[in-house]
Amino acid sequence: MSPAARKSGSTADERGTATAFLNARLIDPASGRDEPGGLVVRDGLIADVGPHLRRNAPEGATVVDCQGHVLAPGLIDCQVFTGDPGQEHRETLKTASFAAAAGGVTTIVCMPDTEPVIDQVALVDYVQRRARERAIVNVHIMAAATRGLKGEEMAEIGLLQRAGAIAFSNGKSSIANTRVMRNVLLYAKDFGALVVHHTEDPYLSAGAAMNSGEVATRIGLPGVNKAAETIVVERDVRLVEITGGRYHAATLSCAESLDIVRKAKARKLPVTCGVSINHLTLNENDIGPYRTFFKVRPPLRAEDDRVAMVRGLAAGDIDVIVSSHDPQDADVKRRPFAEAADGAIGLETLLAAALRLYHNDEIKLLPLLRAMTINPAKLLGLPSGRLEKGAPADLVLFDPDVPWVLNREQLRARSKNSPFDESRLQGRALRTVVAGNTVYQYGERPRD
Amino acid sequence: MTPAATSSFYFPRRHLLTCEGLSAKEINSLLDLADKSAEVNRQINKKRDILRGRTLINLFFEVSTRTQSSFELAGKRLGADVMNMNVSTSSVQKGETLIDTAMTLNAMRPDIIVVRHHAAGAVELLAQKVDCSVINAGDGAHEHPTQALLDALTIRRAKGRVAGLTVAICGDILHSRVARSNIHVLNTLGARVRLVAPSTLLPPAADRLGAEVFTDMWEGLQGCDIVMMLRLQRERMQGAYVPSTREYYHFFGLDHDKLSHAKPDALIMHPGPMNRGVEIASAIADHSRSVIRDQVEMGVAVRMAVLEALARHLPNQ
Repeated sequence: MSPAARKSGSTADERGTATAFLNARLIDPASGRDEPGGLVVRDGLIADVGPHLRRNAPEGATVVDCQGHVLAPGLIDCQVFTGDPGQEHRETLKTASFAAAAGGVTTIVCMPDTEPVIDQVALVDYVQRRARERAIVNVHIMAAATRGLKGEEMAEIGLLQRAGAIAFSNGKSSIANTRVMRNVLLYAKDFGALVVHHTEDPYLSAGAAMNSGEVATRIGLPGVNKAAETIVVERDVRLVEITGGRYHAATLSCAESLDIVRKAKARKLPVTCGVSINHLTLNENDIGPYRTFFKVRPPLRAEDDRVAMVRGLAAGDIDVIVSSHDPQDADVKRRPFAEAADGAIGLETLLAAALRLYHNDEIKLLPLLRAMTINPAKLLGLPSGRLEKGAPADLVLFDPDVPWVLNREQLRARSKNSPFDESRLQGRALRTVVAGNTVYQYGERPRD
Repeated sequence: MTPAATSSFYFPRRHLLTCEGLSAKEINSLLDLADKSAEVNRQINKKRDILRGRTLINLFFEVSTRTQSSFELAGKRLGADVMNMNVSTSSVQKGETLIDTAMTLNAMRPDIIVVRHHAAGAVELLAQKVDCSVINAGDGAHEHPTQALLDALTIRRAKGRVAGLTVAICGDILHSRVARSNIHVLNTLGARVRLVAPSTLLPPAADRLGAEVFTDMWEGLQGCDIVMMLRLQRERMQGAYVPSTREYYHFFGLDHDKLSHAKPDALIMHPGPMNRGVEIASAIADHSRSVIRDQVEMGVAVRMAVLEALARHLPNQ
């Protein structure tokens, strides 16, 4: 899908005419490139890239001076919840795509947790059509692995895949029934389909509001032990072992889970994992006086676990970073902590929050960006996520250093439940390009 | 025309419990005999007296129409007294164990018992406890020997041989006794067997049964001489093993498109009863190359041959 094809931005990429991005710091995790240079876009694709384009544009090309800022592949976010269809007051595909563009995200993968659940071919068609008509970034669909996300009966994995579903997930819940999970993995394998799983034992986590431990004990909230996660991850790895199905643990949150995945990878099992930006940058202490914007699933863990996740990312054990963008309105967030809804938005802050790790010297820029570009592209089989001749011209131009303070009222997402509200951040997207068209430029208001 | 009269006849067994271990010579002996029975069945007078005075009990713990009536007809055409015992009307419903049922029946001095049971191995267990001959008419997901023999006979009559043919068995292999018996018989007769099913309907060691395994039906049917479809039970198509009948039909139902990958003269088989529109398109079931009705006819002939063969070893001779 190239939704932005007909929505030309201020550097319109007319067919045949080229746009040259000069004087950039090219960062391409796929090739390990980090050097001054430039990039030429033609017909929505990257026509050329390299140091030879630092100053010289091809004849007739529209020139964009990058002023030494970073030009990287546009970010790919594999876990985005919207309310489209069914909960449009929280977020539509359109508002989510505006938020994405403002955050330098050029591809979002929408989760099946909608009303109705995306478990049928007709719904995949519907969401694809809505995205084509309204979204300004690429939208892919993660379809339901089980009917109604109930974890009981397999969804039509083969037909959904043919309709365009890019992977299969049980959304915000784990498939508790081991037999069902085994059959999903086994069946999906025949289609080469990726199964993405939220790893949280529903029985252990029932009623829990946050991570169990000292903080939960002090503030009197019911907690869930990390074992609720590790039990499911461990079980899933065993199932991958007997089925051979491709498996991705959606968002891990603790060192022990990472250990299991690391060992599975060492045994050459087709296992990968992701982490949400929240678990890389926040911990349970941030909840402070019952701030419900920090109520997420899996829950924020202790600082030790956050550090372990960052180290795992730097070591390459964690494959992808997701925003886990989950819009919730005031109605369900402005409640006593235990009764408030889970979820935090994150599309617009994904890049800036991730750059925190870079500025804190916790990780280098290349491995950080790798987890949001080429890794998710490979995982999902997308041609984007790389600065390579012939690849889609999905790009982000960003200043990694500029300081700013987040005001959630200025966010483009329809719901404003950001845990980074009033945070000091460093680095932001200046320009976002999808299929050669500029869909966001810092300082310009979105065109509705 | 007794077995003894046929010099090459060889079937030195008291029971027919499985196809595993049957030699090509034994199988061909039964098929040769069944060929003759098939001729008899097409005559006006089909009655013979090979089993006159003998008692045949059809003991069915699982509902069956075609296998039971096929055995009943086979027994009657050979002159036996045939009694049908169905589980719904038997003492099993009152809590009697399988072995007690066997001992009770044994006391009635039958000569041959034909047994179908939902548990694998149940027929063999019963055979150990009775004095008469036992024929397995299907035990769980283990074996259904007479089905495989009638399939082999149908193939042999239509193609003139079994050796060298490529046979694709498609569908619910996991729960299929028909598939297991067929794998043994076809392999023994020199055919090449392929199994085609989604991974959820394949036993974990399917590739160890002497068959090539395919999870893509278009690929699995490529160049086949025989396409043998299996029945998918309704309760297994609602999300447990396959997502839906619609998806199953799309990827594993035999339609014109998939069939076009088999050889142009490929035969279409199905042990029945069929789910039209689930594992097989209605038009394919009635296709000119469909031998599904021949299979039913050969069923009676093969069962007559098996009864006749076992009769040679009955006591009280």
